[in-house]
Amino acid sequence: MNSSLALSSATFIYALASVFYIGSFTFKKQVLAKLGFMVLVIGFLDNTLGIILRWIESYQMGYGHAPFANMYESLVFFSWTAAILYIFVELKYKENIIGVFASPLIFLAIAYASLSPDISSKISPLIPALKSNWLIAHVITCFLGYAGFAVAFGFSIMYFVKPENPDAVSIFAKLPSWELIDELTYQMVIFGFLFLTIGIITGAVWANSAWGTYWSWDPKETWSLITWFVYAIFMHLRMMKGWHGKHLAWVSIIGFLAVMFTYFGVNYVLSGLHSYA
Amino acid sequence: MYHAWWFLLLIVILCINIVVCSIDRLSITWKIIFPKKIKFNPQRFRKLKNLETFTIDKTSESLSGKYETFLSKTVGAVIKEETETGTVMYAEKGRWTRMGVYVIHSSILLLFIGALIGGLFGFKANMQLDEGETSDTAFIVKKRIDEGETSDTAFIVKKRIPVNIGFSIKCNDFFVKFYDTGAPEEFRSTLTIIENGKESFTKDIRVNHPLRYKGINIFQASYGTAQPDSVALEIIRLSDKDVTSKTIKIGQEIQLPEDQGVFKLEGFLPHFDFRGNNLGEAFIGKITQKDGNSFQIALPIKFPTFDKMRKGTFAFVVKKFEQKYYTGLQVTKDPGIWYVYSGFILMIIGCWITFFMSHQSYFIEIEKNKTNRSKISISGTTNRNSQGMKLKIQKIVTKLKDK
Ligand code: HEM
Repeated sequence: MNSSLALSSATFIYALASVFYIGSFTFKKQVLAKLGFMVLVIGFLDNTLGIILRWIESYQMGYGHAPFANMYESLVFFSWTAAILYIFVELKYKENIIGVFASPLIFLAIAYASLSPDISSKISPLIPALKSNWLIAHVITCFLGYAGFAVAFGFSIMYFVKPENPDAVSIFAKLPSWELIDELTYQMVIFGFLFLTIGIITGAVWANSAWGTYWSWDPKETWSLITWFVYAIFMHLRMMKGWHGKHLAWVSIIGFLAVMFTYFGVNYVLSGLHSYA
Repeated sequence: MYHAWWFLLLIVILCINIVVCSIDRLSITWKIIFPKKIKFNPQRFRKLKNLETFTIDKTSESLSGKYETFLSKTVGAVIKEETETGTVMYAEKGRWTRMGVYVIHSSILLLFIGALIGGLFGFKANMQLDEGETSDTAFIVKKRIDEGETSDTAFIVKKRIPVNIGFSIKCNDFFVKFYDTGAPEEFRSTLTIIENGKESFTKDIRVNHPLRYKGINIFQASYGTAQPDSVALEIIRLSDKDVTSKTIKIGQEIQLPEDQGVFKLEGFLPHFDFRGNNLGEAFIGKITQKDGNSFQIALPIKFPTFDKMRKGTFAFVVKKFEQKYYTGLQVTKDPGIWYVYSGFILMIIGCWITFFMSHQSYFIEIEKNKTNRSKISISGTTNRNSQGMKLKIQKIVTKLKDK
C-alpha cells in the first residue's frame, strides 16, 4: 500500500458514495442513502490513510514535511476536511438526503487533484520559506474554512431546487424544512468564517516571522480578505437586516465563488507569494 | 497605493463608522446587557413557539424544589414566583455574550490602529552585506514615477532612502544548501551585532528564523554571489601553449610575459551580457598592449575557452577563485505589531463568543392539575440560533420527566 494507491482508491470510493446518494434521492430509497453514508465513511478513512502514508513517504524521501505543500496535497486535504465536516453534520442532524449536495463536491475536489494534467502529485522538497510550523496551522485552518463554505454552498443550492409548494410532486419535495436548510447553511458559514479568520491570522503571523511583514497585499491575501468581507456581509445581513432564504443563499454562493477564485483563480491568473498552493 | 492618502482616509472613515455605529447601538444594548434588575414576563414565555408541555403524576410541591435545583445547576440563578395556579421559574445565562460583537469591532479598530502606527513609525528596508562586510544602514526602496520624455510614457525609478538602524550588523558567513533537485534547502547567515564599536553577540539567522533586537527585525531574504577578492588565472601563449599561472587581486595590474603589455583585472560581473545572452558570472579585465592600444576582455566562468576565441597572443583562463556570497537581509521595524496581534486575538475570541455562545433564558411553569397531577410547561428564548434552542428545550423535557 502506498499513498497514491490509497488516494486514487479514495477518489473512486467517494464517486461511489455520490452515486448512492444521488440514487437514493432520485429513487426515493432511504437504504441507498444509508449505504452512501457508509461508503463515504470508508472513503474518508482511505483518504486519511493516504494523507498519513504521504507524510511518512516524504520522510522516507528525506524531505520530511507535512503533506500540505502543493496544489495536489491541498486538494486532497480539502476533500478530507469537507468529508469529515459533512459526516459530522449528517450524524448531528440525521438528515441523510442532504448528502446529495455535499458528496459530489468532496468527490470533485479529489478527482480534480488526481486527474488534472496541470497538477503534479510528486512529493517535492520544501523551499526554506515553507519550513515553518505556522504553515501547518495556516493550511489546516484555511482548509477547514474552505470546507465549511463548500458545504454551505452545497446546502444553499437546496433553496433553489426545493419547491415552494409543500405538496408538489417533485423529487425535491422531500428536502428538509426551510428552517433546517437555513440553520444548516448558517452553521456551515459560521464554522467556515471562524476558521477562515484564524487561517488569515495564522498566515499573517507566519508572514511576519518569515518576511517581517504581516500583510503584503499579495493577490492571495487580498482575495482571502475579499472572501472574508463577503461572508462578513453575510453575517451582517442575517443578524442586522434579518435576511434569510434565497436572498441570503445568493450571498453564500457569491462567497463560495470568491473562495474558488482565492483558491484556484489566484494561482493561475495572478502570481505572488502563494503560487505554490 | 496602500500608503496613498485616499486609502488611509478610507480606513479612517471606516474606523469612525464602526465607532459611531457601535456607540450608538451600545447605548441601547448596554441596558440589556447590564440591567438593574432582571425581570421576566411569564405571559411572553407561554406564547413561545418552542413551548413544550407534559403532565406528570407528582405534586407541584415535590417538583418545584427539584426543578429549581436543576435549573440553577444547568443554567444559573433562578427567579421563582408563585401564581394562582402554581409556580413559575426563570433562569438565564450568557447575557454578557451580547458584548461579543463589540469585541470583534474593537479588534478591527486595534488592527487599523496597529497598521497606522506601523505605517507611520515603522519601516521596511533592505540591507545587502558581502561576507565579511559590516553596515549600519539599510535602504528603503520606493518606486517613484517620473515623467519621461514623451508625455505618455513614465518610467519607474527606484529611489533608495537610507535608514540608520542604530547598531551595526556584520555578516561573518553565508551558507546555502541545495536539494538534489536543485531547489534551495536552506539559507543561513551568521551575523554579529556591533554596538559602539564593540561586538555584542553573534547569531545565525535562517528563513523563518529571524533575529529580533532592539525593536529591529532582521530576516534572511535573499542571497547572491558577491565580488571575489582575487582569482587564479592561467595565461596561455597560443603559439606554443606555454602556460603561466598568476593570482591577481581585483584592481591589480600585472605585466604580461615577454613584456607584451599590461593586464589589469578590473572587476567581476554576476551577469555578463554577451550579444544579448547572459553568460553568467565573469571577470572583466583590460589589456594594454605595448603599442598603447587597449581593449577589454571578459572571462566567463562557465565558458573557460571563451577568451581563446579572441585569438590574441595570450588567452586567459580562470582556474580558481574563492566563491563569495552576499546575504540579502530584510530589516524591519514595526512598533504597531502588538496592537495588530492583540487585534488578532480579540477577533478570534470575539468570533467565538458571537457565533458559538448566546444569551439564553429558560422558563418552567408548574400548574396544579387535579389532586396529584401537575402540568409542566417549558420554553426558552435566545438571541441567536433559535433552532438550537428548540432542541435544547426538548432535551430538558426528557430530563425533567425522569425527576
Ligand atoms: C468578524 C466579523 C464581524 C462580525 C461577526 C460582525 C458582527 C456584527 C453584528 C452581530 C452586528 C450587530 C450588532 C448589534 O446587533 O448590536 C454588527 C454590526 C455592525 N458591524 Fe459588524 N461584524 C464583523 C465585522 C465588521 C467589519 C469588518 C465591519 C466594518 C469594517 C463591521 C461594521 C459593522 C457596523 C458598521 C455595524 C452596525 C453598527 C453596530 O451595530 O455596531 N463589522 N456586526
